[in-house]
Amino acid sequence: MKALIPETEAELATMIAQAEGPLRIQGGGTRPIGAPVDGQILSTTGLTGIELYEPGALTLVARAGTPLAEVEAALDAEGQRLAFEPMDHRPLLNTSGEPTIGGVVAANVSGPRRIQVGACRDHLLGVRFVDGQGQIIKNGGRVMKNVTGYDLVKLMAGSYGTLGVLSEVSLKVLPKTHMTGVLLFEGLSDTEAVKALSVALGSPFEVTGGAHLQKGMDGAPVTMIRLEGFENSVAYRAGELQKLLAGFGDFMLETDPDRTRAGWRYVRDVAPFQTRSGDVWRLSVKPSDAPGIVAALSGAEAIYDWGGGLIWLLVPEGSELTAATIRAAIGGTGGHATLIRGNPAEVFQPLSPAVAALQRGLRQKFDPRRILNPGLMGADT
Amino acid sequence: MDMPTPDPQIIARKAELVTRLQKVLPADALITDEHETRAYECDALTAYKCPPLLAVLPASTQEVSDVLRICHDMGVPVVPRGSGTSLAGGALPTADSVILGVARLNDVLETDYDNRFVRVQSGRTNLSVTGAVEEQGFFYAPDPSSQLACAIAGNIAMNSGGAHCLKYGVTTNNLMGVTMVLMDGTITQIGGAYLDAEGYDLLGLICGSEGQLGVVTEATLRILRKPEGARPVLIGFDDIVVAGACVADIIKAGVLPVAIEFMDRPCIRATEAFAGAGYPDCEALLIVEVEGSDAEIDEQLETIVTIARSHNPVELRESKSAEESAKIWLGRKSAFGAMGQINDYMCLDGTIPVSQLPYVLKRIGEMSQQYGLDVGNVFHAGDGNMHPLILFDANKPGDLELCEAFGADILRLCVEVGGCLTGEHGVGIEKRDLMNDQYDPGDLEIQMAVKDVFDPKWLLNPAKVFPLAASDTRRIAAE
Repeated sequence: MKALIPETEAELATMIAQAEGPLRIQGGGTRPIGAPVDGQILSTTGLTGIELYEPGALTLVARAGTPLAEVEAALDAEGQRLAFEPMDHRPLLNTSGEPTIGGVVAANVSGPRRIQVGACRDHLLGVRFVDGQGQIIKNGGRVMKNVTGYDLVKLMAGSYGTLGVLSEVSLKVLPKTHMTGVLLFEGLSDTEAVKALSVALGSPFEVTGGAHLQKGMDGAPVTMIRLEGFENSVAYRAGELQKLLAGFGDFMLETDPDRTRAGWRYVRDVAPFQTRSGDVWRLSVKPSDAPGIVAALSGAEAIYDWGGGLIWLLVPEGSELTAATIRAAIGGTGGHATLIRGNPAEVFQPLSPAVAALQRGLRQKFDPRRILNPGLMGADT
Repeated sequence: MDMPTPDPQIIARKAELVTRLQKVLPADALITDEHETRAYECDALTAYKCPPLLAVLPASTQEVSDVLRICHDMGVPVVPRGSGTSLAGGALPTADSVILGVARLNDVLETDYDNRFVRVQSGRTNLSVTGAVEEQGFFYAPDPSSQLACAIAGNIAMNSGGAHCLKYGVTTNNLMGVTMVLMDGTITQIGGAYLDAEGYDLLGLICGSEGQLGVVTEATLRILRKPEGARPVLIGFDDIVVAGACVADIIKAGVLPVAIEFMDRPCIRATEAFAGAGYPDCEALLIVEVEGSDAEIDEQLETIVTIARSHNPVELRESKSAEESAKIWLGRKSAFGAMGQINDYMCLDGTIPVSQLPYVLKRIGEMSQQYGLDVGNVFHAGDGNMHPLILFDANKPGDLELCEAFGADILRLCVEVGGCLTGEHGVGIEKRDLMNDQYDPGDLEIQMAVKDVFDPKWLLNPAKVFPLAASDTRRIAAE
């Protein structure tokens, strides 16, 4: 069946209202996360363009199908950025195409800086979308503080197109920082590394990234702590952190712009697992639980981001680890696991009965015919 | 302000309701005496009052669940109440409703500095959350000006902000998990001591839902290490437009101040008369505060001062000490009190795109003349959240109504320039009927459909947020 590619919001609304079967909602198609959807493709790539950008107000409004690269280039020209640092899923998932800003929002894609500035949803100020009956809905706006009515803006972020198809998003953007410094130390165990990251993140020195790779670029375990800001400030904070962390080892400061940028891209895009075969899981947990969870999953390899709160897990082919064992390892202490790459049996964390009922209820209201990405987020949606 | 007519059948069944509640609550948690229920007749929007049918003060999640199950069963509306500091009438009862106060739910359940969170019961006050962790050098960031009194439950209901949210965000950006009881008594857990709860973003939905979706009894909150220090600079301008341009330039320069506060001339004059903070008599005053070590603060302030100088300020006062900082903040912090001493006032809360600041202030000035009511502006300039204070005389017949009409016009203006009706106070009853100016019927319909999912019988705080005419069929069908 031919893909539907609306060029206006009104056209999008008509297409959804007239749809007779399931629709597979797509932005750039670079993040095929979730159970596969059998349906006609509805692509937002015809809804493009930055509609408003006010650098002095830190706000940008763009149509959902606008390429992420276009948004980032416009921000870059004004010395600003999407502070939540969305990852590029293409190398990890072996996809091609052009990521869209709507896709970033629909999957609530956030990178290492999430630990300090919040997730994509925390930077999303407003949305326009079309619900499952073809009605155009707006919520939020383009101002940073807004409690006018219910916050459907956040609800839409991370709902993977199952509640509506985004047509426009409004985002809070932030100035780029003048320089980046990264404190590095090799050889820590997972447990020691997460403790060191906790010390750094619990300090007043405004850490904007805290990661630990079991195998860094040269094969040895490496712990990374990022500082951003004005030159003197980065130097000062690095010095203070080196003192605080002396018990863990002698952290060295890297300030070369190319190397620091490459290092955090490496973490953000889960580079160590890109060329490896096997399933890739993304776990959100209480940081201090993370090393224990990884240790309980024998055979899996881990990359820790968010000070340990985010675990990227590679489960090699032939491993006996299943979705159930991974989720059981998290089970006792809270958290969740999402399958990002691999056999899509149980991609999203099963919900408690009460929460699942709420989720089903919302789905029923927003898309009573259940035609938008049915089943993508599990049987309840 | 209209409220729905109380249901006489519910009022007639008060004795039965009391008997059933007595079985699940200790005697002192049930307030039925008509004199005592008057304590709950209003919140901080004191212009509107109505004692509830009765009030309950449960002390556990289970008691909240029991109360809600009974009320659900009998079809009795429930109005959740934190500390009653809502400026929008969020906790205003009706005569046929039960006030569910969370004041007794005030324990700290868990503090975890390694993982940077605190888990508290929702009746705990905002400031005492920080109080529970500050010995270790931590704090809870959202700081509404009522923080000494307001409860976390109310902060979640209204998604409260504060002066420092330019840097740290509002409640929704600092909430990691909740225990919430639905109207039918079901206890739910959403999120926890980890980031980005599973499934749809229900935490985001609950935050700011004004107690209409469920009663939050426990919250997991992100805590942060306190910065080493903070100091402000005070900048005076003789032109509002220039002050607005200065704000935009500071933001663009890559300095992210923790707060940028703005006061206009009427407010400056009132606070000077009241507090004597030594503010210059000028058109617009900015207080810009930055954080860090002493050297970091100096460097950031230098950047800000350089930008400010390029706009020819009439006054520039950089704080060098804690004493000087306190003096700069003194006037701003006493602004509401100062205005209150002149007359009664109504505090608005619209947000506008920062670029529209000069135009909106000019229009407010014009409207002030048309209505014959004075207005002072004091607000968070960094994020465009305005707090115009309209002065009126509550003893003068018709003045309140005139003031409300003026306020509504200002809020419509906020919407017209691309902003919104309320930035941090919430809709409550106060801005309920203006929702039609912000949203189309379809936009409101889907929000009400969300309430249908959480509270199908429309018993939780039913007469708030949505225009009564819009929610009419749902509330009546539920009876």
